[in-house]
Amino acid sequence: MLTYTLKRLLMAIPTLLIVITISFFLMRVAPGGPFDGERQLPPEIEANLEAAYHLDEPLPQQYLRYMGNLLQGDFGPSFKYKDFSVTELIAQGFPVSLEIGGLAILLALLIGLPLGIIAALRRNTMIDYTVMGTALAGIAVPNFVIAPILALVFGVLLAWLPAGGWNGGAWPNLVLPVIALSIQQIAYIARMMRASMIEVLGSHYIRTARAKGLSERQVIWRHAIRPALLPVTSYLGPAIAGIITGSVVIEQIFGIPGIGRYFVQAALNRDYTLVMGTVVFYGALIVLMNLLVDLLYSALDPQIRYDD
Amino acid sequence: MTTDTTPYSGHNLPPGSPNPPAEPDPVAGESLGQDAWRRLKQNKAAMVSLILLILISAVCVIGPYLLPWGLAEVDWNAFNAAPSFESGHFLGTDANGRDLLTRTLYGGRVSLSVALVATFVSLVIGVLYGAISGYVGGRVDSLMMRFVDIMYSLPFMFLVILLMVVFGRNIFLIYAAIGAVEWLDMARIVRGQTLALKQREFIEAAHALGVRDRKIVTRHLIPNAIGPVIIYVTLTVPKVILLESFLSFLGLGVQEPLTSWGVLISEGTDMMQSAPWLLLVPSLFLAVTLFCLNFLGDGLRDALDPKTR
Amino acid sequence: MLRHSHTLLGAMALSSLALATSAQADTLNIGVMGELASFDTSQVSGGVWESQVLMDVYEGLLKKNPEGEAIPGMATDWEISEDGKTYTFHLRDEATWSDGEPVTAEDFVFGWQHLLDPASASKYAYLLYPIKNAKAVSTGDKPLDALGVESLDDGKTLKVTLNSPTPFFLQLLTHYTAYPLPKHAVDEYGKQWVKMDNIVTNGAFEPAEWISQSRITVKKNPEYYDADEVSLDSVNYFNTEDRNAAISRFRAGELDIIRDYPSSRYQWLEENLPKATHLSPMLGSYYYVLNTRDGRPTADKRVREALNLVARRKVLSEQIMAGSFKDAYSLVPPGTSHYDVQQMDGVDGDYAKRLAKAKQLIEEAGYGPDHPLQLKLRYNTSDEHKKIAIALAAMWKPLGVEVEMTNAEATVHYQTIQEGDFDVARAGWIADYNDAENFLTLLRSGVGNNYGGYDNAEYDKLLDQAASTLNLDKREALLEKAENVALDDYALVPLLYYVTRNLVNPEISGWQDNAEDDHPSRWVKFSE
Repeated sequence: MLTYTLKRLLMAIPTLLIVITISFFLMRVAPGGPFDGERQLPPEIEANLEAAYHLDEPLPQQYLRYMGNLLQGDFGPSFKYKDFSVTELIAQGFPVSLEIGGLAILLALLIGLPLGIIAALRRNTMIDYTVMGTALAGIAVPNFVIAPILALVFGVLLAWLPAGGWNGGAWPNLVLPVIALSIQQIAYIARMMRASMIEVLGSHYIRTARAKGLSERQVIWRHAIRPALLPVTSYLGPAIAGIITGSVVIEQIFGIPGIGRYFVQAALNRDYTLVMGTVVFYGALIVLMNLLVDLLYSALDPQIRYDD
Repeated sequence: MTTDTTPYSGHNLPPGSPNPPAEPDPVAGESLGQDAWRRLKQNKAAMVSLILLILISAVCVIGPYLLPWGLAEVDWNAFNAAPSFESGHFLGTDANGRDLLTRTLYGGRVSLSVALVATFVSLVIGVLYGAISGYVGGRVDSLMMRFVDIMYSLPFMFLVILLMVVFGRNIFLIYAAIGAVEWLDMARIVRGQTLALKQREFIEAAHALGVRDRKIVTRHLIPNAIGPVIIYVTLTVPKVILLESFLSFLGLGVQEPLTSWGVLISEGTDMMQSAPWLLLVPSLFLAVTLFCLNFLGDGLRDALDPKTR
Repeated sequence: MLRHSHTLLGAMALSSLALATSAQADTLNIGVMGELASFDTSQVSGGVWESQVLMDVYEGLLKKNPEGEAIPGMATDWEISEDGKTYTFHLRDEATWSDGEPVTAEDFVFGWQHLLDPASASKYAYLLYPIKNAKAVSTGDKPLDALGVESLDDGKTLKVTLNSPTPFFLQLLTHYTAYPLPKHAVDEYGKQWVKMDNIVTNGAFEPAEWISQSRITVKKNPEYYDADEVSLDSVNYFNTEDRNAAISRFRAGELDIIRDYPSSRYQWLEENLPKATHLSPMLGSYYYVLNTRDGRPTADKRVREALNLVARRKVLSEQIMAGSFKDAYSLVPPGTSHYDVQQMDGVDGDYAKRLAKAKQLIEEAGYGPDHPLQLKLRYNTSDEHKKIAIALAAMWKPLGVEVEMTNAEATVHYQTIQEGDFDVARAGWIADYNDAENFLTLLRSGVGNNYGGYDNAEYDKLLDQAASTLNLDKREALLEKAENVALDDYALVPLLYYVTRNLVNPEISGWQDNAEDDHPSRWVKFSE
């Protein structure tokens, strides 16, 4: 297992190199540039800008320059937020996104998993329908609708919580964004957990376990839940990477200084260095999360083995 | 970790050895499809949902021809007008004085077809890719999954922009683009299931009997992984519908005067206090569709489950 | 609905910053719609929200009063030579940076040279082009010290030499491109001088904390010459890109001011928060560019006239935009100094007649049911732009015009229309400084912002003449004549004049609507 893990970590290097290379060229051939805006710049000023950011060099040379800097751990300065380097922006924003996203995932697991299990055990009863109906509502209402409604109801009309702002991460400021972010995840997790629980409960070995006279509790806790977690785990790997890197919608509506907005804004602004920074960061997280998921597979189902 | 007290607990128990009759060995004279359909028909919730879905689709296709207003037709006397029978705007109008019901139905055509095509694309690619990767395993699995990692990490926006530059602005491209990113989750889920399934007795038995790999994957692995797949499909649909509205924001989705549910909902959100119907109407259509899909999905899962067949 | 926010929430914000000296500290919370690019004025990206922060922490030779008028700032008085080309400014004795160092003419020379230095690659360097040799410095053809600015009398006097008399030059000096930079701090820290620990400024406030994408906090600058008159202890600028969410935060009492609330909410706000809702004319024009290049249907003047005739601007401003814009019939907006609003012919008045005439023009231009006029209309993604595009397409429909609408994100939109791939395209212009020439350049041939490629020798000549005319009345007549040439040519479709839209806590004073939408926090007070 250790060899496998090391091998996978080693493979992350070529994987990320490919990601960086494709993204670099993808970004650069897309129309629109960092200096295109409502006001056309005089040619001499555009020339100054291109020279300052080395955009006047041939693309392969720019690529080599970027890779060279990257190897020294330098992501470069942001094209748009000039008083910060890309590293500073990510270092400042990621803890915030991680906090909100981590809490949201935790909440989603704490609520979603039990709901899914209960619904599966009480399959086709009122409990099942109520739980799943509520969960579905969470999927059917997108977070760009939920978030402003939460801010309006709890921030303005009831005035129980701040309608927005970060305030250094004080808990009242966390509540609404975490809820808004987790509602959809709760629904996803509950749905998937219910389905795979039903699947597992119907399988031969659970029947065998029951036949052997194990109590229902033992059957469920010992034998059913673990294999049923498999599909949820597959989903969670990339989902966690996505959630802890923030959500542009939630961050903009609640005014949270996370990094989610950079994924969209950097792309819209054609802030080349920031785009690359987010790509590298997110890519590394994806690789890591998927590795963790694969390792978890073996823990959940010991028959799953990877060739070392 | 709990301490094991029974001899059958934990690792000793072969998880998921299927029942002998659970093998996809349909009753003679009845094909797989007919069998599933028979089972589906017995599920009331699923049938009601199916009928509702057909109804919604039919209304979206036929409805606009029956309504007095055109997709882009402006009623110069009714901007942001509330629902009213007298004016003929049964569900009100938008800020440009266009009939909301008409637009919601047209939007339904776009959203439903995006959902259908994109989800289907993601289903086919994801299931096949995941099953092959998990079944073959080893180096192939490793390489195929690293490719998935790469696809996850590429900046989606530039990928779509580039596709558009290469293939031109085209509604089918939107579907393809969305399908092309949404298959990744599906592939990882199916691969996870396959890894678990392929160790089990019935697969090994099939191997021993000399069944060809291709047949094992399509006849044994995929049907047994169908449960999570169907559920994930029902979860993909809302994602896809909302993703389309983000593409429209970039100017890569549908162009005015055409619209979609995702676009209508995001427009409605801004106006939810002064003109709530702009949010409620498309949201309601979307919600009903998703509820139906969900129950239909559950029914389908039961009907297709080889273990209960 | 509105609660006192400056006591409770202000205190909360302050205590979290460990800045609080007393619970009564007055903090102004402003929601701005974007992120400041830099405290280095040469690196600013041009968002209107950026000038709000910069004008609070820096001060130029002139500054703005609450009404938006230029009044003495770092300079107490000045002389202008007879030919209008030389300005001599006398600096305030007590002008100091926030670290106590005096502000000298050297700091202005340094700041302006830095802005024009090709290595700084400043986007807005061209605003200082009226200064002698500025353009040559910016292109790198001349050294920095060739710039026509000089520090005299040990830095007490600044002498500026211009290329030609520039009537709006004093206006220009209130813009952030003309702020001084702290030479001593830049010398000491190099590029790192903008970091919160190192920065010094000369305005009423100094930067204290910056949480990227969330909040910038500035606190009162005790060294400011007028510090006794500054009522606020600190100002927070919250980045509230989601402007609907900003309204919720305003209603919850978390923000005192929201800049630029969404136009679609105007009516609702007017009904529900009438005392806080502000709307007033602004120096900005919202128009459609017509592509006049050969081969385009809009190269035909008859087509351009017809499109203009049936654009019902009153419907746009009052129905579609629900009163949150003003209908426009010219390029240069009302309120522009030394300028009278012009009017395009025939675009106001009886609609039936206009429609009949437009139909006739379209027919004369060779279009009809068998050969309908097809137009490619491009706009950048935004709720407002979308509504207007849809409305215009509907207004042009009676002429048999088939409009193909295409939206794109802003960068792609402007790149595409720059390349000329459109017939009709959305554009807008907010004045950099209060002068008609700033708008009229938009139609000058060969200028980058002239997206439609309008090319009229007479127009260009009138602008050239105006540029070298010292007499303000004569200059005004020339500029007005030029605009009329373009309007008679139907060179564009003027649609709306921008308005300023702000939500302002009624408890504050010293904040006034003005056409340039500049509101220095220096004047703002919470009334008891």
